[in-house]
Amino acid sequence: MAAKLILSMDGAVLKEYPLVKERTTIGRKSHNDIVIDNLAVSGEHAAIVTILHDSFLEDLDSTNGLEVNGTPTKKHFLQNNDLIEIGKYKLKYINDQVSQTTPADFEKTMVLRAPAKQSEPGASKPDGTGRFATTQINLHAADEAIEKTGKFEAQTPGAAAVPPVKPVTQPQPGQTAAQQPGAQQAVVQILTGPNAGKELELVKNLTTLGKPGVQVAVLTRRPHGFFITHVEGGIHPSVNGQTLSDQPHQLNDHDVIELAGVKMEFYFKG
Amino acid sequence: MKIEDALEIVSQTHSGMVRSHNEDSVACEPACGLVVLADGMGGYNAGEVASGIAISVVATEVSHRLQEASPTDRDEESGEELGVVLLRDNIQKANASIFHAAQSQPQYAGMGTTIVSGLFYDNRLVAGHVGDSRMYRLRGEALEVITRDHSLLQEQLDSGMISAADARQSKNKNLVTRAVGIDAEVVPEIHVHDVLVGDIYLLCSDGLNDMVEDEDIQSILYAMQGNIQLAASQLIQAANDNGGRDNVSVILVKVKGEFAAATGWLARLMNWFKK
Repeated sequence: MAAKLILSMDGAVLKEYPLVKERTTIGRKSHNDIVIDNLAVSGEHAAIVTILHDSFLEDLDSTNGLEVNGTPTKKHFLQNNDLIEIGKYKLKYINDQVSQTTPADFEKTMVLRAPAKQSEPGASKPDGTGRFATTQINLHAADEAIEKTGKFEAQTPGAAAVPPVKPVTQPQPGQTAAQQPGAQQAVVQILTGPNAGKELELVKNLTTLGKPGVQVAVLTRRPHGFFITHVEGGIHPSVNGQTLSDQPHQLNDHDVIELAGVKMEFYFKG
Repeated sequence: MKIEDALEIVSQTHSGMVRSHNEDSVACEPACGLVVLADGMGGYNAGEVASGIAISVVATEVSHRLQEASPTDRDEESGEELGVVLLRDNIQKANASIFHAAQSQPQYAGMGTTIVSGLFYDNRLVAGHVGDSRMYRLRGEALEVITRDHSLLQEQLDSGMISAADARQSKNKNLVTRAVGIDAEVVPEIHVHDVLVGDIYLLCSDGLNDMVEDEDIQSILYAMQGNIQLAASQLIQAANDNGGRDNVSVILVKVKGEFAAATGWLARLMNWFKK
């Protein structure tokens, strides 16, 4: 189904316009596709270019300009439920492709051949994919470790910044995960050695312990919990005294990890 | 160093969490330094057929030719290196095979595939691709995409019509502007890159880069560079943990040593005798 615009004024719906043309014009003059006969509206006020499932709004140097969701805008990539305001008139952009396709329609790669006429079923991706960033704790030289630990603390706030992703219109399947262990806040606290007492919050999906190329284990956050995996190096980490194999090992609350002589405790926070 | 000793190659493919079958295909020919990955499309099993034809044509033809010839030889007609010519010609050959199969058998009508391939020789990499399967390079800590998707979204990005941030919201992902087997002719994009010891190359289908952010891919490759088999599993797991909406395939190539072509007088003499 094509995207559409719903024209309204003072809360009363005036008309619906499906965006079926590649270029839809909005203005006061009668040759426009969407005619708004009001003196506050320029003769050719704005245009919407639609390419398959995406629409782009452009202000055509109108006298009074336009706003999208309350912000004056020249050019804008329209998202479902965006509200375009031209004077007292409001145009709501509706493009609910996502809710109209079955999961099987998602993600099909298709070839675009000129001329691209037909409208294929929409494809959209979940946007809220988890972020990884790497935090390193150096487990080797004691003095170096202090330095590096300082580094991870300095890195954390920046790396943990919320990605600039808008919420999608619908909750994605598999992300109703507030109660799932992987969504819980977990911490590793170092118990022995010069860094004893330091806490490392596992805010990222992948946390590296050790030094790549030498001795590495990683802590990964997955939807159903936290795992430790030996990556490389002569020493396999142990959990509660049990040396790990090459397989990922799921961590439980208050597990004690030992890697290269350093003990640390894994626990869930809150 | 011989090419099979200089490179460590692993590959893994998975149908994902949603699709019932896997339309991706991968092939590795360590003896001649060749890796090929294809992401097929088409109804029923046509996608698998298309990607299967693509990788088998490229892998068998290129490795067969390189048994007698050196990739650094010059092609007599064009003057280009044989490695470049072989990769281009065989992607085109795969295109013709798929196109003809699709024409002659109605159940395969309209099938096609993306392809991304790499041929390593003489401390270089020839990368050839069609469509939106990608090649990444991890050098030091920096991850870079060294192929440019043949997709509508990439064209919109290039023309400045859409910003990189907006591209994530686009509903026009997965529309490729070039594919193997759709038309009678295809133009593969071929580039030659210098290779450094320590580089890790990742070839993947869009099931990976659509589900996993580039910076997540970087952190996995960087943390697990000492164990690329584990890195491959971790990449696929990350895509599936994020929803796994598509088939996901990866090939990882780690450069462990130099692999310069023999240029001494003896090698030249031997080559001369071979002709």
